[in-house]
Amino acid sequence: MCPPHPLHHTRNSKRGLDVLSYHFDWSIILSGKYFDWLVSGVKVTLQLSAAGIVLSFLLGLIVAIMRMSAFKPFRWLACIFLEFTRNTPLLVQIFFWYFGSYKLLPEAVNDWLLTQNFEFAAGLIALTIYTSAFIAEDIRSGVLSIPKEQMEAARSAGFSYLRSMQYIILPQAIRITVPPLVNQFLNLAKNSSLTMTIGVMELTYQARQVESYTFKGFEAFTAATLVYLALSFIITFLMHQYNERILKIHMAA
Amino acid sequence: MSILSNFQVIADNFTYFMIGRYPHGPLGGVGLTIYLAVTSCILSFFGGLLLGLLSVSRHRWISLPSMAFINIIRGMPLLMVIFWMYFLLPAIFGTFPEVRTVIMALTFFTSAYMSQIVRAGIEGIPKGQMEAAISTGLKRWQAMLYIILPQGLRNMIPSFVNQFVSLIKDTSLAFIVGVSELTHVGTQINNRTMAYPTEIFIFIAVVYFILCFAFTSLSRWLEGRLAWRKAI
Repeated sequence: MCPPHPLHHTRNSKRGLDVLSYHFDWSIILSGKYFDWLVSGVKVTLQLSAAGIVLSFLLGLIVAIMRMSAFKPFRWLACIFLEFTRNTPLLVQIFFWYFGSYKLLPEAVNDWLLTQNFEFAAGLIALTIYTSAFIAEDIRSGVLSIPKEQMEAARSAGFSYLRSMQYIILPQAIRITVPPLVNQFLNLAKNSSLTMTIGVMELTYQARQVESYTFKGFEAFTAATLVYLALSFIITFLMHQYNERILKIHMAA
Repeated sequence: MSILSNFQVIADNFTYFMIGRYPHGPLGGVGLTIYLAVTSCILSFFGGLLLGLLSVSRHRWISLPSMAFINIIRGMPLLMVIFWMYFLLPAIFGTFPEVRTVIMALTFFTSAYMSQIVRAGIEGIPKGQMEAAISTGLKRWQAMLYIILPQGLRNMIPSFVNQFVSLIKDTSLAFIVGVSELTHVGTQINNRTMAYPTEIFIFIAVVYFILCFAFTSLSRWLEGRLAWRKAI
């Protein structure tokens, strides 16, 4: 189960300072087979992140609404869900869905899952659930920052609870919640690297794969790191722009 | 339910889950998880303090490199940091034990996040404090050390505890380099017994939950107390 030690050859060095005599060869990963591996890894990472973002936002929204509902059993359910997901490691959740979920599902579903890309599905489910808990809390604090009078006014205008949420509270709350949400999505993209442990061929997996085929660990990991950093910096930059322009305008109004 | 009866596998391996082969071999399981979390927490507290102070420095040649370092670490997945350490450290120092590799990776990673807490804590102190301190004749670093930090640190405590909870969860990634903490022990037992993955991973999740939830509650309690003291 535990993957073979990556970089076995470097770990066996007894001399130290090998890093100085390391011969860099970027040409290996800049074209050909290994380049294609890395690119396919980037694709899978982006797919996983994009699907995870949409799903975890929806689930997070549902959980946040349940958490704030007046109906007690909903609130308790949401609370239990939030506490349990946020206080257990993502890796354990990934393992649970990948190795452990089959006992909880009907046989027919299991048979069908085995014909599908089960690694990807299990990774996606774990990432979605884990991230949705953090998103739910962000949405909730966004909603709580909207003055209570807004809800009261909406209710007295004849909107039902859900409709006042939908038309009055959430549109305002989401605007405030965008920066923390973007942060969670970035976390999700970074956390998607953990799915390599169950064999999802995303970026980190491919980087390790390239390393074990070519012994060019520094190059492979530098490439992967740069992709992650580019992703973070681009999204952080966009968020900064959003903060500067949109949020300021609306806050002033 | 058949699932409930199968929890026997947990009882059979309970000591192994908790301390690994400890008296006769290296510490493992929950014990090692706690060891990793506590050691890297202490180290990254000082790392975060240092980075946080450097990043609010007035000298650009100090603050810019430290901000760059912080942002690079924060832009990377922890798994990547672990892999980097895993082959950089032996390449620099010769052989390097896995447990220490993981502690180094967790320390670097968490320091970057802790530094943001320190930064926010320092910036949360009213400017007048610094001005007053300087006008009494203190140097800037003295004012920072004796006036700003002691006040800021108190407000940072809940965030530090939250960070510690993340750290406990992050120790599970030590699995990837074969350090036998709780998650690794769980997969080992799962590989050996084959038949009870659901039970084993539910049990592991519950153990992590107990550890983390205790500290989450502590942080909430502290937050309430500190807010109350501030209100007076």
